[in-house]
Amino acid sequence: MNKTIEHPLKKYFRGEINYTTCPGCGNGIISQSILRAIDELGINFDDTAFVSGIGCSGWIPSPSFNTDVLHVTHGRSIAFATGLKLAAPQMKVIVSAGDGDTGSIGGNHLIHAARRNIDITVICVNNQIFGMTGGQVAPTTPYNSKTTTTPYGSIERPFDLSNLSIAAGATFVARWTTYQARPLKNSIKKAVLHKGFSFIEVISQCPVQYGKVIGMRNDAVRMLMNYKEKSVNIRKAKNMSEDELKGKFIVGELVEKKNIPELTDEIKRLRQEAKKR
Amino acid sequence: MKNKKNIERKTDFIQGNIACAEGAIAAGCNFFAGYPITPASEIAHYMSRKMFEVEGTFIQTEDELAAIANIVGASWGGNKSMTATSGPGISLMLENIGLAVVTETPCVIVNVQRGGPSTGSPSVAFQGDMLQPKFGSHGEYQIIALAPSSPQEMFDFTVEAFNKAEKYRIPVFILADSLIGHMRERVDFPLDDEIILEERKKLKNYQGIHQKIFLDENVAPMPIFGEGLKANITGSTHKEDGFRNVSDPKIMDTAIKRLSNKILKHKEDIIAVEEKYLEDAEVAIFSYGLVYRAVLETVNIARNQGLKVGSFRPITIWPFPQEQVEELSKKVKTIIVCENNLGQMFPFVKAVANGQANVIFLPPETLGTLYHPEDILKVIKEVI
Repeated sequence: MNKTIEHPLKKYFRGEINYTTCPGCGNGIISQSILRAIDELGINFDDTAFVSGIGCSGWIPSPSFNTDVLHVTHGRSIAFATGLKLAAPQMKVIVSAGDGDTGSIGGNHLIHAARRNIDITVICVNNQIFGMTGGQVAPTTPYNSKTTTTPYGSIERPFDLSNLSIAAGATFVARWTTYQARPLKNSIKKAVLHKGFSFIEVISQCPVQYGKVIGMRNDAVRMLMNYKEKSVNIRKAKNMSEDELKGKFIVGELVEKKNIPELTDEIKRLRQEAKKR
Repeated sequence: MKNKKNIERKTDFIQGNIACAEGAIAAGCNFFAGYPITPASEIAHYMSRKMFEVEGTFIQTEDELAAIANIVGASWGGNKSMTATSGPGISLMLENIGLAVVTETPCVIVNVQRGGPSTGSPSVAFQGDMLQPKFGSHGEYQIIALAPSSPQEMFDFTVEAFNKAEKYRIPVFILADSLIGHMRERVDFPLDDEIILEERKKLKNYQGIHQKIFLDENVAPMPIFGEGLKANITGSTHKEDGFRNVSDPKIMDTAIKRLSNKILKHKEDIIAVEEKYLEDAEVAIFSYGLVYRAVLETVNIARNQGLKVGSFRPITIWPFPQEQVEELSKKVKTIIVCENNLGQMFPFVKAVANGQANVIFLPPETLGTLYHPEDILKVIKEVI
């Protein structure tokens, strides 16, 4: 007798969708991590909204996730999510963005959302390259990388997006690679429950566009093993020198601050004050 | 029934920008996002106080790109939202205005126009952005834009802008200018029960992944976020259910045509024009916004001199009142187009008149200044 076993996360998918990701893409691991986190938290999926922009990260929730999904312009997802969260503060608003979205075209929205401590979660898929448009240099691409727009090697220093968010005031920040799928899921759980702006950077493999930059073309497994080798937990990294950390990914929960005023709460307070006057 | 004659309407002597904010509040606006800019900032100042009094939200965003993004996000969250800016701000918003059009998101965008291009002359009244709502964002689309000519109309048209935005699920522009925005005049506020409000048609129940939430020429119901309606919203070319298809030209063709028809098929309901003394007129003056004030004065002077002159004023700039201008061109010999720019609406009037009437363009002597009625009269006398 044939018995069909349904994937435990299937209930979260809209269905009838042809996936657009390349073979070996990290999007699948990140999708699972998000959905497993929500599943384990027991949150009603209808109470979550996803906002995404243009770039491969946009395809994680859109149109796949079977809940409210707003797929907007490149780089502006955090700004759309801000308006949505302010209008519907009861919702868990999760942004799926890329390193181009958050570190390049939409950098301003990232730092201001962090400063405001608005209760949204940004999951930043950092593949260190512009994947969808053909492998151009990103603001996160390591120095001296040869990409389609840096044939002589990139001459600009990359952004550390987690540190940027921390400096801008984010109150929960974690970084993992796609190799650490379980800790990633656990941090997403914390981020979703965290009252305030949470930022999770996921270093994710793009075997097609970034693989060729680092000599691992179309080899997702080697890229993941590379993440395993190069990852250093923040606890260990604290005792290491800058030289020792060169080329490493510092992973773990980097910041968790509680009791910082959150924007939607502040707005509720202003409404009360406006009534008194 | 209350006897309204015995109830005194509230009257105030206020700035156009404040009247605009009051109109928004009267229309039920409960979300304002904006970035400071001359000559529109007074709207934000006022809203920063008033929004919280009506249980709403005010946010001063990091830039104008965020302001339009915020109001679109808030609209999907079920709020009635608005932003106010001037030309430079609109230039920054244009990409996301296209997203608002294609995702069929109701919202109101106020442009208190100033001198341009670029930084231009921030406090000089100019009608330099008339084409921007319709042609500024890339692609092919229809939009609604209204041009007020007084603080009273800043109030009335803002209410109307919200109504049309809600009814047709579309961003609606108020195209004012710095003089209309800063002018102080008497404004009569309607009584609460005199304000008729349109509310958006909302999707009530989730109807499966292929539920029809877009591309209905008679406006599809909007799935508000947070109500279990599993809204599937994208700026990519999509079908009625929101699923994208970016490779099939037929689907793009359907999407663009239906989006356009959603507005064009309802032109009769959307378009408003004001005609004065046109019954026997040989010459009509086409003007809008601030310029209309000088034109009306001129027409009155001309009539006193026995000249057969009338005024045609589009209240709705977009969609362009094509049929009305065509009718006009059949009635009169000459149409004089007066606008405070180098002829932005003029080509549209001329194209529609199509030789049936002589169409002349007459800018003010100095751009950014008021017309002198005698200058307009001089041209009238030349053509009559």
